[in-house]
Amino acid sequence: MGLPTGRLAVWWVVASEIVIFGGILGSYVMFRLSHDSWAEQAAVTNTLAGAFNTFVLLTSSLTAVLAHQAAERGDGPRAARLLHFTVLGGLTFLIVKAFEWTYEISHGYTIGSNLFWSFYYVAAGLHGLHVIVGMIIMLFVARTAKRNEELHRVENIGIYWHFVDLVWIFLFPLLYIAK
Amino acid sequence: MSAHAASHAEHGHHEQGFVRKYLLSTDHKVIGLQYLFTGMLMALIGGFTVYVFRMQLAFPGEEVPLWGRVTAAQYNALVTTHGSVMIFWVAMPVLIAAFGNFLIPLMLGCDDMVFPRLNRLSYQLFLLSALILIASFFVPGGPFGGAWTAYPPLSADPAYNATPWGATLWLIAVALEFVAFLLGGINFITTAMNSRAPGMKMFDVPIVIWMIVLASLVFMASVGPLIAGAIMLLFDQRFGTGFFNPATGGDPVLWQHLFWFFGHPEVYVVLLPALGIVAEVMTTFSRKKLFAYRTVIFTAIATSIISFFVWAHHQFVAGIDPRMAGLFTVTTLIISVPIAEMMFIYIATLYGGSIRFTTPMLWALAFIAEFLIGGVTGIYLGAAGSDVYFHDTYFVLAHFHYTFFPIAFIATFAGLTYWFPKMFGRMMDERLGKIHFWGTIIAFNVIFIPLFLTGAGGDHRRIFDYSLFPELAGLQGLRVLATIGLLVLIAFQPIFIYNFINSMFRGKVAGANPWRANTLEWAAPSPPPHGNFPEMPVVYRGPYEYSVEGRDEDYWPQHVPPDDPKRPAEQVA
Amino acid sequence: MPYWYLQQASTFAGDVDNLVLLITVIVGFWFLAAEFIFFWLIWRFRARDGHKAAYVAGETKREKRWVSYPHYAVLAFDILILIFALRVWNDIKISAPPAEERIRVIAQQWAWTFVHAGPDGVLDTADDIRTVDDMHVELDKTYHFELHSRDVVHSFSVPVFRLKQDAVPGRAILGWFRPTRTGEFDIQCAEICGIGHGLMPARLIVRTPEEHRAWMAEASGMASATAGTGLVARVEGEGQ
Repeated sequence: MGLPTGRLAVWWVVASEIVIFGGILGSYVMFRLSHDSWAEQAAVTNTLAGAFNTFVLLTSSLTAVLAHQAAERGDGPRAARLLHFTVLGGLTFLIVKAFEWTYEISHGYTIGSNLFWSFYYVAAGLHGLHVIVGMIIMLFVARTAKRNEELHRVENIGIYWHFVDLVWIFLFPLLYIAK
Repeated sequence: MSAHAASHAEHGHHEQGFVRKYLLSTDHKVIGLQYLFTGMLMALIGGFTVYVFRMQLAFPGEEVPLWGRVTAAQYNALVTTHGSVMIFWVAMPVLIAAFGNFLIPLMLGCDDMVFPRLNRLSYQLFLLSALILIASFFVPGGPFGGAWTAYPPLSADPAYNATPWGATLWLIAVALEFVAFLLGGINFITTAMNSRAPGMKMFDVPIVIWMIVLASLVFMASVGPLIAGAIMLLFDQRFGTGFFNPATGGDPVLWQHLFWFFGHPEVYVVLLPALGIVAEVMTTFSRKKLFAYRTVIFTAIATSIISFFVWAHHQFVAGIDPRMAGLFTVTTLIISVPIAEMMFIYIATLYGGSIRFTTPMLWALAFIAEFLIGGVTGIYLGAAGSDVYFHDTYFVLAHFHYTFFPIAFIATFAGLTYWFPKMFGRMMDERLGKIHFWGTIIAFNVIFIPLFLTGAGGDHRRIFDYSLFPELAGLQGLRVLATIGLLVLIAFQPIFIYNFINSMFRGKVAGANPWRANTLEWAAPSPPPHGNFPEMPVVYRGPYEYSVEGRDEDYWPQHVPPDDPKRPAEQVA
Repeated sequence: MPYWYLQQASTFAGDVDNLVLLITVIVGFWFLAAEFIFFWLIWRFRARDGHKAAYVAGETKREKRWVSYPHYAVLAFDILILIFALRVWNDIKISAPPAEERIRVIAQQWAWTFVHAGPDGVLDTADDIRTVDDMHVELDKTYHFELHSRDVVHSFSVPVFRLKQDAVPGRAILGWFRPTRTGEFDIQCAEICGIGHGLMPARLIVRTPEEHRAWMAEASGMASATAGTGLVARVEGEGQ
């Protein structure tokens, strides 16, 4: 089996994460189908902010791909720079998210309000946690990549980041758009 | 075991390198033994709890020696602790993590796991989870008492379970344990895929490694929804959400689906490694090639896949659509086909053999004999029509103890006595081993055959005192008999512990390959040094080439080159 | 066998017991056969001096039939068991005969409340009779029950009926039974429901129609005399 061990391991991490998010999203969809009233709640969410965040995350995935290409060519410093851009994307995502949550919580839509908001905060919160973890690891990877060391890690963290991105691609329509 | 741990702790004061060498080691063998000893210590907790509550059942209301009077709340907590500890902190760490860590690199012929530090992290998280569980015994309100299945709303609301801290700590401990095993599993799978010795093809890998890797895959694919469920339940307990609370639109049955979607495959997660251990021991001591090696692997894969489609047979009467129950009866009975086939294969392996009754072989044979009982009694429960009656009676309890006891203890004893020479370089005492074997096996049946009968007679589970149920009064004699069986079983265990510790230091020196077995771990010195093999082995053939025609020796190790067929393996040491 | 220990007091109790018997016969035969062959092989092929084990790979079709034929047999008997199991299941849980009377069963930590239809035979009317921890039914009358829980998951289990059904908060679960034997029997809670799980027994009292009417007359009188102050009212107050 030709896959390098590091990449293989990242794929297995992604596989186990998929079933975790699958559990939450599957439960959410089952409830959503039997609770039409959640549509009003979903209408409160800020679709524009969500769309902007989707765009930000997709862009950050693009820079992660470019970082991978640079690493393939052996250009560590450039890969590190691009990874920093990706981290910046993650940061932007979190800041937008923080503003959204502040608005929603201050208007009384808290985690205990009803089941829709419970799912909203738990699913997006878990995703946000993954964004934060990804950013931290990425900063470490960028530091070694800058010295042209361990360049294969650039691709591995990229795979993880695409996965985080993909989860959001599912969360955004389910939590924001479906009305 | 505690004496052993204490002597280690003393050493820690004298030797500088002890902590680094034994507690922070990244060597797969040390980590495997850490899992083993932690699992054995947890088994003492699991064993003590069952002693207390079985005494209460046999002699309700009397003082239990070493405990005192058992209250209803304590009874629930004891039952819950026994179940969770034995499954999550004994069967899982010993069968998958201890044997997996110790055996995978040795049997694949490589020097270590591919991610040694991830491996260490996995153990540390596991240890932390065990400590959190133990801490939950001492918090206000006491440990969680809502059964190991933790059905909400009972588990979700302190107003119902009266253990605000116990329930949360239990949940955190279980979730953390899952994460530890996910990390370990990633390591196992990647190592098996990428670090096999030169020449070792997929179908040259010993069955036990196949089984552990398959088990890790099944675990990885099934545990996710329960981790998600645990997060949701934690929020229900602590942060005011109502995922499982009908008052806020939630659904208690959702947890049952998430739990059993994991819970049933979990049976196979521990069963497969046990079957793997039994295959290794049986082939070695019957000097036989494993019957239909590939078929074993295919049936194991089939079982793993089907195990994802049977979970609702735990919920026939839980309020799910009765038509769905019919569907799950079908899948449940279908899963008996590959498992039965695997049993037939193991039995067929004995045909034409030359069977040696060493202690590990006795355990392996006992596994088959006892597991068959667990297997056939499952039919009563998988068939929806009879499960209406048997659900949540002692019949269920006896059934799954006839699967879990062979898995977690009989197969483990087979594995421990078989690989003990490899782990510590010395042989265990055969006479003590056999006394322990017969005492344990006979006592085990004395416990659980009566419990089939009390279940058929209507004893329902998790009841601390049956005197309120006049119809069940006639079953008290059987309950006492089961408790006597348990006391005998417990009385025989110190023999094993003594034999284990004593042989570790004073047993006969084993040599590299005392059982004259084929697989690669026996090519390494006993115990293997850091890095395992002085000279990395190359594989020339499958793992079960015993009694090959035309050869003087009745075994043919995987690493011995074919051009020199007369050379025995002993010299490698 | 359940009937060694417990009487059969519902129409489907005998069916359940027969299914258990059928499974015991089929599975028992194959189990004993497998164990017999297993121990015979162990004895027959024990290590003896001068005997070497045979080399059998078990990869050819001819060798494999030793395991494949038995496993077709397993499949065939599985299907047989399946047919009977699903028939019994269908009778108990899916196709209920029309109701002659309804009864409401309410579980809570740690008591059972039973709402009987009363003399007029209709539930949710003024003459309903509520009792705690004892359920009164009439011989040979088809009852539909409606199962509720006020707090956690409980399980309504009547061993002599061979009937079990979880009570889930937030749902009303329907089921049926038809008593075939008079007497007093146990009702259990079969799902762990907290500290008092073991303290949740109730009594099932099956009477002939005449005796049942006599009980109703007595109970209705008592209920009107103690309305609002009795045990029932207290339990209901605690339920929330």
